[in-house]
Amino acid sequence: MSDFEPKVVAFVCNWCTYAGADLTGTSRIKYASNVRIIRFPCTGRIDFMLLLKAFANGADGIIVSGCHPNDCHYTSGNFHAKRRWIMFKELMDFMGIDMNRITFSWVSAAEGAKWADVVNTTVTRIRELGPYVSYKELVNKSVEEEVKNE
Amino acid sequence: MARIGVFICHCGENISATVDCGKVAETIGKLKHVAYSTEYKYMCSDPGQTLIKEAIKEHKLTGVVVAACSPRMHEPTFRKACAEGGLNPFLCEMANLREHCSWVHEKNDLTTEKAIDIVRIQVEKVKLNSALQPIRVPVTKTAMVIGGGIAGIQSALDIANTGHKVIMIERSPSIGGHMSQLSETFPTLDCSQCILTPRMVEVAQHPNITLYTYAEVESVEGFIGNFKVKIRKKAKSLDEKTCTGCGLCTTKCPQKKIPNEFEQGMGMRPAIYIPFPQAVPNRPVIDREHCTYYIKGKCKICEIVCPTKAIRFDQPDEILELEIGAIVVATGFDIKHADFFPEYGYGKYKDIIDGLQFERLASASGPTTGAILRPSDGQVPKNIVFIACAGSRDPAKGIAYCSKICCMYTAKHAMLYKHKVHEGKAYVFYMDIRSGGKNYDEFVRRAIEEDHVNYIRGRVSTVFERDGKLIVKGVDTLLGAQPVEIVADMVVLATAGVANSGAEDLAQKLHVSYDAHKFFAEAHPKLKPIETNTAGIFLAGACQNPKDIPDSVSQASGAAVKVAGLFSQNELTREPLVAVVNRTAPPMYSTCVGCFMCQSVCPYQAIEREDFKNREGKIVKTVAKINEGLCQGCGTCVALCRSKSIDLYGYSNNQVYAEVVALLNEY
Repeated sequence: MSDFEPKVVAFVCNWCTYAGADLTGTSRIKYASNVRIIRFPCTGRIDFMLLLKAFANGADGIIVSGCHPNDCHYTSGNFHAKRRWIMFKELMDFMGIDMNRITFSWVSAAEGAKWADVVNTTVTRIRELGPYVSYKELVNKSVEEEVKNE
Repeated sequence: MARIGVFICHCGENISATVDCGKVAETIGKLKHVAYSTEYKYMCSDPGQTLIKEAIKEHKLTGVVVAACSPRMHEPTFRKACAEGGLNPFLCEMANLREHCSWVHEKNDLTTEKAIDIVRIQVEKVKLNSALQPIRVPVTKTAMVIGGGIAGIQSALDIANTGHKVIMIERSPSIGGHMSQLSETFPTLDCSQCILTPRMVEVAQHPNITLYTYAEVESVEGFIGNFKVKIRKKAKSLDEKTCTGCGLCTTKCPQKKIPNEFEQGMGMRPAIYIPFPQAVPNRPVIDREHCTYYIKGKCKICEIVCPTKAIRFDQPDEILELEIGAIVVATGFDIKHADFFPEYGYGKYKDIIDGLQFERLASASGPTTGAILRPSDGQVPKNIVFIACAGSRDPAKGIAYCSKICCMYTAKHAMLYKHKVHEGKAYVFYMDIRSGGKNYDEFVRRAIEEDHVNYIRGRVSTVFERDGKLIVKGVDTLLGAQPVEIVADMVVLATAGVANSGAEDLAQKLHVSYDAHKFFAEAHPKLKPIETNTAGIFLAGACQNPKDIPDSVSQASGAAVKVAGLFSQNELTREPLVAVVNRTAPPMYSTCVGCFMCQSVCPYQAIEREDFKNREGKIVKTVAKINEGLCQGCGTCVALCRSKSIDLYGYSNNQVYAEVVALLNEY
């Protein structure tokens, strides 16, 4: 699997991590080009079901990143995201989803270098894990079974 | 059917050097619903914007994607261009090809592929955008300036002189800040207090300025033009209206052994005190932490001696609620203190002091009334060593930045010393002399050439005591790193300028970004150095990074202009990217089931209840409703809603889903 290029989707908030990634650009810090950023106003806006949709559509890895605790532009959105994430993580882990494929981090608007680091470590890890086909197969199988049962 | 126009910008060569823009435009042009796709060298230029406007008309576009720099940079530019071309501005999206792609990746096929993906995501998103109208909100034309140093003073006066009300709050008992502590200022050597104190008095007397000293920000809510600020007026333990400021209480107070903050601990003050003779307001406060009455429950000598009976021991803190339209943050800086420099013996030897302490020694109003005397024995130091970059430009100490002001004030200190102790010898250890500024380098040259200050280029490794003298060991790198040992009577450290204590806490209350050193962050390092990421909150002075007085004053006036510009309008328009609860036909009215979980997570109390009544006037259903004036569009309620009844304009459920699907599937 030497030519495997992982698809990593990043769900980031507008005020900290998106701005942090902008700073990575302004500082010309190079990082792996496998990541695609989807902008949200706040991590509190992120519905974690979207992560499953991303896996179902072929994502190999996911990054969720927002403002550090206490730094949220909207006061408390990142706290809600974190609480939701704790619940979601347990549940997903229980259901057999590979949690190594998701990175949850805080990157502030001043941490351009940290963003490059978060992307690079995630991409390297996903590269080692290989493509995430098992989830897609699982979903397709369950859909087929449903159709059969009807 | 959607007709999307895509405009790929080369940004000179910033994007086209690593991304094959031609290929991106061609690939995107083949996508479904893309009616027009083109590339251009500078989309933000006038001809570039004209290209968009004309294409909107010619190709009857229903949506526009500009693939260029970050939307945080030029989104308003292109939305305006679209509006001028006859398209609703909220039907325009930006794809970030520069900061998120061309600047961070090498030139290859993968980078171009990523660029195509970034544009595709936005094409899918913009198809689902809705035409929105900006929300109009009124502007409260009162500004708040946080911090009463020179930056805050300048900003407050400038705003007040435009005819608008200003509320200035300062946490210490007097305004004036660090500038009031300085002896003379570079590069003119004019007396700091002489130029500052008239400004302080002007603030106190200005009809448009309300001054609250000994006060701190408790909380900040709301948004540009409509902030609701709570401030805590700490109890001064006296009635300011009755007190005449005669100062009798301060002379009679039996507790006199409290290190004086204004003198940087080089003098003592009583528990009831006026910070310095020119303080504004010139009224004492009781320091409850050290006052004998508050500690032991008896004393009250100040109350007995007060001729106007102004002392109020039972005075509580007061919370004021203010309506504010714009905020200028001017909380200033601090310098690194003791135990940061164990190798230099700071805190261990009395005759090693920092730059601010030297200012107080040199000041005519200071503890020695302007004589340069050793703190240990009151003798005039015959040899004095100044160490520049004490902490600054030292990644090992965690401070990689240059504190900017130290080169200049060290030259000033050495000069002041030489002017007062003619036969004395002054040495300066430095890394580089950074004296950029009008008449700055000439000033440093004067110190070296006219006042014969010995500048030694090199770092100091250690300072220790031997036979009552301070031994400064360093190297002279201009003499091939030859070791240098100077026997000194006194050492002055130009310690690093750092963020003020409480800066982080205040930044969090204001919801403004700050950097790793807790300095407030500007919205853009070059083009928005005064604005913060939060609209309506501006920066002035050294709270952003260490700055000298002229820079602080310039920025403070800049911030005042931004505030005055804001206040020149009666109404502001705000992005209508707010949440909305759906409505359906009766008898359902909405898919909302009325659980009101959203109400508990909303940070802005923007969720209200709406009752639906039948013909008899009986309530048949209660559902959530968003107050769009209050909603800031964070979307926490959207992600939380269990029946998926809330959606967010600009980041709707369908949009983000479409983005994910588009991104991961073949095209």
